[in-house]
Order: sequence, then structure tokens, then C-alpha cells
Amino acid sequence: MSDAAELISRTKELLAAHPPATTAREDFLKARFDAGLAWVHYPEGLGGLGAPRALQAVVDAELEAAGAPDNDPKRIGIGLGMAAPTVLAFGTDEQKQRFLGPLWRGEEVWCQLFSEPGAGSDLAALGTRAVRDGDDWIVTGQKVWTSNAHNARWAILIARTDPDLPKHRGITYFVCDMTDPGVEVRPLRQITGEAEFNEVFLTDVRIPDAHRLGEVGEGWKVAQTTLMNERVAIGGMRLPREGGMIGPVAATWRERPELRTRDLHQRLVRLWIEAEVARITGERLRQQLVAGHPGPEGSGMKLTFARLNQEISGLEVELLGDEGLLYDDWTMRRPDTVDFVGRDAGYRYLRSKGNSIEGGTSEVLLNIVAERVLGLPSEPRTDKDIAWKDLAR
Amino acid sequence: MSDLLYSETEDELRSAVRSLLTDRCDAAQVIARAESDQPHDHDLWKTLAADMGLAGLLVPESLGGQGASARETAVVLEELGRFVAPVPYLSSAVIATEALLGCGSPAADELLKGLASGRSIGVLALPLSTAPSTSYVQVDEADGRLTGRIAAVADAAAADVLLVVAGSGLYAVDTTAEGVSVSARTPLDLTRPLSVVTLESAPGRLLAADAGAAVRRGLTAGAALLASEQLGLADWCLTETVAYLKTRHQFNRPVGSFQSVKHRLAELWLETVHARAAARNAADALATGSEDAPLAAALAQAYCAPVAVHAAEEALQMHGGIGMTWEHPVHLYLKRAKSDAIALGAAGVHQEAVAELVDLQAP
Ligand SMILES: Cc1cc2nc3c(=O)[nH]c(=O)nc-3n(C[C@H](O)[C@H](O)[C@H](O)COP(=O)(O)OP(=O)(O)OC[C@H]3O[C@@H](n4cnc5c(N)ncnc54)[C@H](O)[C@@H]3O)c2cc1C
Repeated sequence: MSDAAELISRTKELLAAHPPATTAREDFLKARFDAGLAWVHYPEGLGGLGAPRALQAVVDAELEAAGAPDNDPKRIGIGLGMAAPTVLAFGTDEQKQRFLGPLWRGEEVWCQLFSEPGAGSDLAALGTRAVRDGDDWIVTGQKVWTSNAHNARWAILIARTDPDLPKHRGITYFVCDMTDPGVEVRPLRQITGEAEFNEVFLTDVRIPDAHRLGEVGEGWKVAQTTLMNERVAIGGMRLPREGGMIGPVAATWRERPELRTRDLHQRLVRLWIEAEVARITGERLRQQLVAGHPGPEGSGMKLTFARLNQEISGLEVELLGDEGLLYDDWTMRRPDTVDFVGRDAGYRYLRSKGNSIEGGTSEVLLNIVAERVLGLPSEPRTDKDIAWKDLAR
Repeated sequence: MSDLLYSETEDELRSAVRSLLTDRCDAAQVIARAESDQPHDHDLWKTLAADMGLAGLLVPESLGGQGASARETAVVLEELGRFVAPVPYLSSAVIATEALLGCGSPAADELLKGLASGRSIGVLALPLSTAPSTSYVQVDEADGRLTGRIAAVADAAAADVLLVVAGSGLYAVDTTAEGVSVSARTPLDLTRPLSVVTLESAPGRLLAADAGAAVRRGLTAGAALLASEQLGLADWCLTETVAYLKTRHQFNRPVGSFQSVKHRLAELWLETVHARAAARNAADALATGSEDAPLAAALAQAYCAPVAVHAAEEALQMHGGIGMTWEHPVHLYLKRAKSDAIALGAAGVHQEAVAELVDLQAP
């Protein structure tokens, strides 16, 4: 079960049995999941067919042409990009059955309770405590920068289960119910005016042991799967030429000759070139994946993506001159989706500042490339063999 | 979208070229030759061009070539760049060959047979800095006799035949003919010798009455595939520097463990990742005759030329004092990268070409 023709015929069968024009959105998504056409590289029975990941594009194109509804991926990015691959890799059969369907269909939104006030780049230093109590764990602590917590039904959570071990070893990974009475979500307003992220206070939150992902004390390893997928999700979208941040600036440049200056022209064309080369690099990466030879190149794409988004949107504000002095709307909102491009130039400029922080800062990603890709030695470490409770804070 | 990977055949070709160059073109040999009166390595050229048949990759089998494509040629150039090999491959097997293919005349086909077999070396007699998108110098022509002076022609000293633009036509001029003088200049890049070509009523054979398309074709292929040479250069600089800094110790630890150095190397690695995509894209666009080939070539030059220079400059800095010595090969890469950044049009010229092609007009 792997070739494109077979997938196309299954997609056509789905469309014939559930014509999008006359089928409710929820019903169509349910039928699509059950037909294994949700994410074809997932196993049968979990929304997939065990087919090569690259063939998803074939299914998507067919569905789009037929006007089928999608699962609004912008609303559920953390679920799709991070929670799902982690549940798939480490979940029990019951967990996979329980979580993956509603996640993919967008019936349940997920968020990521990883970062804490005292643990950002050094995530493994986290201090939120989980203590065993019969068949449950009792969790207490504070998380921060939690995108979309205000919409979330579930969270992926990492917490400290053994403070006497060195920091990487005493962590366990859980699925946390965001409706638990001990979970309090408070908006954190961002530089854009809105509050995409939150602080989350956890006070005696009860998590059944059945909602643990992976073994006790193995949470750091499980979290690596989440983080790797996060970076791919942020840096790896497939786009047509001028499909990213460069699109709106190039369009403005063509439509409004009165804004042009020599200096802006030089910089715009340079950025256009870099954006196009980055797009071609992304395409090369996908071709490597399809050919079954994923290269280390993926780990760098988020770095490029962050830098280009920032430089391009910065240029756009400047290009707009008097209009660049204005901002569309500072109203405090708690948005349903995360969108880097959707609003005005000023918003793009401000929102893209987060691209080099969220999902691992650019400095940290450069460390990762240097050590894991180039094999350069790590800096001397002072925290390796010390119990977490004895670390400097 | 184009195929941006390397095929199995291309990988095999790469290992064959690399093992030959490892054997016959190590840095000490290249440095020693650089100041000799034989700056081109004719024996190496003979093995590459004739014995391995690589001079004819772009030429159809009917004209004695291999009937391969720009994709394979690009892989050869990556390796030649990695070894800064002093052979006229880009000049003869790419630029002159493509220009001749663009003539489509019996006289051009005749010359192609010689070039494809590696028996003779051809050079398009234009300054190395000539870009595909700009105007180029022409000499005077009267009754098939050519007169004029062309500065900074790469590899002319090794050439048997020069392709000369005169009036509106393209002519072949044998370097041994009367009235032809090729005199060596002192080049920044000693591995790609430059000469002044002077013609005084030199006899020319007409190859194409309208030189424009042929010249454009030669230069576009040259620019597109030079990106692969630049990629090979950059890749050598990165690999060599990473290896050196893993073993070089200061302050009781490997220098490569210091973050300021690691970040610069990681950035350089990322640049080579992008350069590879841009170079493969340009080679594939040429190979498939894509409409986008001029854009892909300009994009690749605008991106890869600065990357090669940056890689060489970083490599030198991160080698410390040893990087400043004549004995260490890094200067060969710096000099090649810097000249390559001017060759076939500076990055800024290609940037302007991109702007034109994608309709981002200047004010
Ligand atoms: C828009 C946005 C959304 C986010 N969403 C989520 C979410 O949903 N869930 C979640 O868990 N987290 C989320 N985060 C948090 C994000 O992962 C962290 O902010 C990030 O990992 C950095 O941690 P920090 O903020 O504590 O900064 P710090 O780690 O304190 O870093 C401060 C500065 O020091 C630098 N630095 C730190 N360590 C090193 C080092 N070893 N070498 C060199 N430089 C170093 C950093 O690069 C940075 O410039 C989000 C962040 C943003 C901006």
C-alpha cells in the first residue's frame, strides 16, 4: 500500500461516499481519518495507511480540488506538529486510540507546557514537580510562554519526578488535562498587542499514571522527539515562489513605484534571492526525505527562516514609509490561530521577532548544528553530574 | 520542480574524480606548480579530459562526446573546486563547448569533436569577468582577418583555439596562427592563469554569423556551473577548518569547543547547505533546458559567489598564523574564491539580472 495511484483511488472513493458538498465538516473529517487518509504515513487504524509521508501531498491535492474541508491546521499546529508524533512514538495503544483522532480532526486543541520562568534554553533544569500518589501523579509548578493554552483541551507536559538525580535524568513526560481544576491559565500580552501565549499555574493537578508518555525518568528522551518535530514544523513548510514573507513586499514593490529607493532595491533583491534559495533548499530537503535519505540539513532551516522573516518584514515596514509608522490594531485579543504573515507589515515585523526564540533560540540551534552536525566538542559542562536540587539558581 | 539530489551515477563520477585528484592534485603539488612556467597541469588534464572522457560530458555522442548533461559536469566542477585544480575545464569543457554547441555550424561541430575528445583546448576569448547578462568586448574584422586586444582571458595560455567575437560574428582563431599573441599576466588566482590576447590581422574561420546566442549560451552555462565549483571550494574550506579546530588546542581545550568559533562554523555550514541547493538547481535547469535556466544561473551566482569567499576568509582566520603562510593551501582557496566572485559577472551583476527577470524594477 504505497503508490500514488492507489491513494488517489482511495481518495476518490472517500469523496464519492461522502460528497463534501452535502456532508457535514465533522463527518467528512471523521470519514477521512477512518479511511487512513488523514496522515498517510501513520499506521492503519490511526488515520494512516503506513504509506510514505511524501504521498500525503497527492491526497491533499485531490481533496483540495474537490473542495473538501480541511482540519484547519493553523488552529491545531502544536497538536499536529508536536503532540501527535510524540504520542505516536511513545504512547500506549490506548493512548494512541484515545488521543490521535480528536487531535487530528481538531476536536481537541493541544498546547505545550515545557518552558518555565527558570528553564528556557536550559529546559532540562525545569522545576515543576510531579509526585506519585497511588494511580495518579500530583503536579505543582509554573509554566510560561504557553501558546494557545487558552484554547487547549490537552497539554504535553514535562515535570520533575526525581530531584535527586542530575537534571536530564529525573524528568517524566505526561499528557495533562487542561480542564483540571488545578490548572489556571492567565494571558500574557505580547509585543504585537495580543496574547497568543500565557502563563499556566499548576496547583495539585491530578494526572492519572495512564496519561504518562514513556517511562518514569525518561521524559527528556521523549521531549527530544517533540522538540525535533517542532523545529521541522516551524522551518519546513512547502511554499510556491514568493509564498512566504517576501510575497507581500514584492507585491508592494511592483504596485507602488513611488516607494522605491536605490538602497531598498539592493536590499530587497538580496533578500528575494536568499528567500528563493531557502525555498529551493527546503525542496531539496523534502526530496531527500522522499528518497529515504534524510540529511542533517533540516536542523538549520529554522535558523534561516527566522532570520529572513525578520529582515524581510523589517524592510517592508521601512518601504511603506509613512504607512510604516502606523499599526493596524493594538487591541488585546486571545487569538485562536498562530499566524506569522496574516496581518499588516507592522504585525509581521513584531511577530517574526519570536521566530528566533520559540522552539529553541537561534543561538541554541547554532550550538546544536555545531555539535551534532559538525561534531565539534561541547563547551565544558558544570551541570552534568550534579543532582538537580543542588544546581545554581 | 527540478531534481536537486545527486543520482547514483553522479555519486560514482564524483568518487572517480575525487580519487584521481587525491592522487594527482594534492595541495603541495598545486602550490609548487603555481609559480612554475607550466601553471596548467597538462598531464592531469589529459587524464581527466581524454582518458576519463570528461571534456565531452556536454557534447552529444554524434559529435564524439559522452551525451551527458550539466548535472554530471557540475559534479566534476565541485571536485575540481575542492582541489583548486589547475586545469582549463570550465573554460574549455563548459564555456567554449556550450558556445560552440550554440553555433550549430559544421565548422563549430568540427571544433567540438576536438574539444570533446580532450585533444584540443578551446577558450572563449572574452575577459573572465564578462557576465551573461551584460555587453561584451568585440574586436575588428576585415575580410576574415581579426584585429584587437582582449584583456584577462582565462586559460588562453593553454588553448589551441580561441573563439573570438568580431563584428557580429563568432570566429575560430588558432593560437599558433600568425598575428596571434597570448601573453601571460600575473593573476591573483595562480591556479587559473590569465593572459592578454592580441590579434593583428589574425586569420579567423567564421563559426556563426550571429555571435549573440552562442556567447550568451556559453556564459550562462559557465555562470550556472561555476556555482558548483564555488560550492566545492566552500565545502573544502568548511571541512578542513572543522577538522583543524577539533585537534588544535588552546586554553587546555580544543579551539573548536569555543562557542564564538562554533557559531561561525555552524553559520558557514548553513550557507553551504543553501549553496548546494542553489547550485544543483542551476545545473538541473540547464540539463533540462528549463525556461528558468537564466534565472537559476543568476540566482546561483548571486548566492554562491559570496559564500565561497566567506568560507575561504573564515577558514583563513580560524587557522590563525598558519593560515597566512604560503605553505598552507588555504590561500589557494581564498584567491580562487575571490577571482571566482568576479568571474562571469560579480554577484551584484547577477543580482541585477535577477531583479530584471522577476520584475523587481529599480527606482
Ligand atoms: C512566541 C513564543 C511562543 C512560545 N511558545 C511556547 C510554548 O507554547 N510552549 C513552551 O513550552 N514554550 C514556548 N515558548 C518558549 C521558548 O521555547 C523559550 O522562550 C526559549 O526556549 C528561550 O528560553 P528563555 O525565554 O527562557 O530564554 P533564555 O534561555 O533565558 O535565553 C536568553 C538569551 O540567552 C541566550 N542563551 C541561552 N543559553 C545559551 C547558550 N547556551 N549559549 C548561547 N546563548 C544562550 C538565548 O539564545 C537568549 O538570547 C515560546 C516563546 C515565544 C517567544
